[in-house]
Amino acid sequence: MGTNATARAPSGEAAARLVDSPSAAPEVAVEDLRFAWRRGAPDVLVIDRFTVRRGERVFLAGPSGSGKSTLLGLLGGVLVPRAGAVRIHGVELSALPGARRDRFRADHIGFVFQMFNLVPYLSMGDNVTLPCAFSARRRDRATARSGSVRDDAARLLDHLELDRATLAARPVTELSIGQQQRVAVARALIGSPEVLIADEPTSALDAGTRERFLDLLFTECTATGTTVIFVSHEAALGTAFDRVVALAELQSPSGPR
Amino acid sequence: MSVLVTVARLALRSLWNRRLTAGLTVLAIALSAAMLLGVEKVRRDARQAFADTISGTDLIVGARGGAVQLLLYSVFRIGNATNNISWETYRELAAHRSVAWTVPLSLGDSHRGYRVLGTNTEYFARYKYAGDRPLTLAAGKPFDDVFDAVLGAEVARRLGYALGDPIVVTHGAGEAGLRNHDDKPFRVSGILAPTGTPVDRTVHVSLEGIEAMHIDWKGGAPIPGRRTDAEAARKMDLEPRTITAFLVGLDSKLALFRLQRTISTYRAEPLQAIIPGVALQELWDLMGVAENALRVISVMVAVTGLLGMAAVILASLESRRREMAVLRSVGARPAHVFGLLMSESATLGLAGVATGLGLLHALVLAARPVVSRLFGLHLPLAPPTTLDLALLGAVVLAALAAGALPAWRAYRMSLADGLSPRV
Ligand SMILES: Nc1ncnc2c1ncn2[C@@H]1O[C@H](COP(=O)(O)OP(=O)(O)OP(=O)(O)O)[C@@H](O)[C@H]1O
Ligand SMILES: [Mg+2]
Repeated sequence: MGTNATARAPSGEAAARLVDSPSAAPEVAVEDLRFAWRRGAPDVLVIDRFTVRRGERVFLAGPSGSGKSTLLGLLGGVLVPRAGAVRIHGVELSALPGARRDRFRADHIGFVFQMFNLVPYLSMGDNVTLPCAFSARRRDRATARSGSVRDDAARLLDHLELDRATLAARPVTELSIGQQQRVAVARALIGSPEVLIADEPTSALDAGTRERFLDLLFTECTATGTTVIFVSHEAALGTAFDRVVALAELQSPSGPR
Repeated sequence: MSVLVTVARLALRSLWNRRLTAGLTVLAIALSAAMLLGVEKVRRDARQAFADTISGTDLIVGARGGAVQLLLYSVFRIGNATNNISWETYRELAAHRSVAWTVPLSLGDSHRGYRVLGTNTEYFARYKYAGDRPLTLAAGKPFDDVFDAVLGAEVARRLGYALGDPIVVTHGAGEAGLRNHDDKPFRVSGILAPTGTPVDRTVHVSLEGIEAMHIDWKGGAPIPGRRTDAEAARKMDLEPRTITAFLVGLDSKLALFRLQRTISTYRAEPLQAIIPGVALQELWDLMGVAENALRVISVMVAVTGLLGMAAVILASLESRRREMAVLRSVGARPAHVFGLLMSESATLGLAGVATGLGLLHALVLAARPVVSRLFGLHLPLAPPTTLDLALLGAVVLAALAAGALPAWRAYRMSLADGLSPRV
């Protein structure tokens, strides 16, 4: 603690970025959302309203099993709500048919799963450039940024302090968990998606690395105006974010919880 | 880089990553393909070898009966004739104006399980097999003495005979309580080169030799008290009274059917004349059941190999759910995941088929010298036939079909697999 990131005044910066944005419509909006894992099972999530402004960094907190990963899955279009709407970047994601939703996710959302994010048989670099193979939009953006997709991947890996010289030759399965998490984040960031959804990407990092990691992540996201929704059990990290949201606050009192 | 290239590259990388299981799968498919093609090749080559048993002969004439039976005893040395042909009839038909040549055949005796064939030296000039190949002597010469014998390659090899060795002929073939013609032993004068035909399993002697052996015999048994020795027999009139069958060559094929009819309506005794090619075909058709059984077995082996492949892919899929979810999360659509697994199956299938083809060719190359030396059979190393290619195509298609099930499962698997950290 006590780094630049944690000392930053949340409201001021967020407000400044908001002024820059062309539209004040929320980047992420959830309305009357109901989600149950199985038909007929009790709802895990009952959220009447939750919005995130463009460029805002939200820290989502809550006890284990409370539904944080589930909510991220819904925001990323990985899961589909039983009722209600999830809107990302002005598009009602939850209403799109499967293939369109996949395309939308590929173009606009960088997603980091809670664990095991890498394709085991691809190199570190190939793992990072993967989204650019499936999304022309992100490929173009990465190329515009660094000249080529490869170079942009290298830039991000350097940026997240992954030593390419020694790590690139190794299979990704031999990377430490923390290194794997950083590769996954580099992959989520390549091609500057509008929204970064990260599920505990810092769980395996030591305190020092964690804060530097966040710092670097935020520098990158500020440069591209990326909205960040971030889950962590490390409550102390919350101070670095524009807003800390406890999942329990989002859940409607009329819900089962 | 297009998405298709990415998917293909992912498929190759992922296979390489699992090269041990992938290799075993390829091997299983290769064995299936080699088995399918091998059985097909054996069937084809057997059929060819079968059709090659006798050629250049236009008609085979014997006592009236079944065409297949006549073919079996006259060419394959299997079974016995029901009746003989009189020497007079043979002389008369041999002199027919359409007939270019004849070779008389006299059967009924054996030597240690191998049939003894009485004939004349024309046999060595006229008998052809495998298209137009004549019999050749590996050692010695055709018989010129009454008690000379020329051995087929297998007889000489199995029984370990060399030129000059004595041979005692047994009366009859195969039945118990046989009498030996031990008073008139034969001498090996020649040994034939292997032909891959029943000739290899035949002991050839002259018609006079057959006659000499049976001087003191009547109705299949020796006449008690009479013993003419070999030297005395030599001086006697050894013109045969009957033969079992004879081969006919014509001047012109145009006369074939007319002569065939003339023979089958021959007044003096009931005869039949068969066209070897037609009778061979008839006999081969009789063996169609065995042929089909062979095919069924090879198809079952192929199916086993492919099921193995499906099982391997399906099992690996369970441990790859995570990988699929990750691919989906970075933008791969279900169709891409489906395509990824299908390209893996296609790669396994193609690699398997190519390996199988190589395996079979290697096997044929390795077996060639041995088969040629032992059986006189030439194993052709032909490029795959249309049927072979169709079979191989079917294996690849079946590999794709087998891969479709796991691919479909992966297609249906939810992206949400990535959310719950199951390993
Ligand atoms: N695939 C699934 N099928 C059925 N139920 C599930 C599935 N994944 C999660 N759940 C349930 O949904 C609830 C919320 O789980 P979720 O993973 O969202 O919690 P979380 O807040 O992310 O917890 P953690 O902090 O431990 O990661 C839990 O009760 C969990 O058992
Ligand atoms: Mg979780």
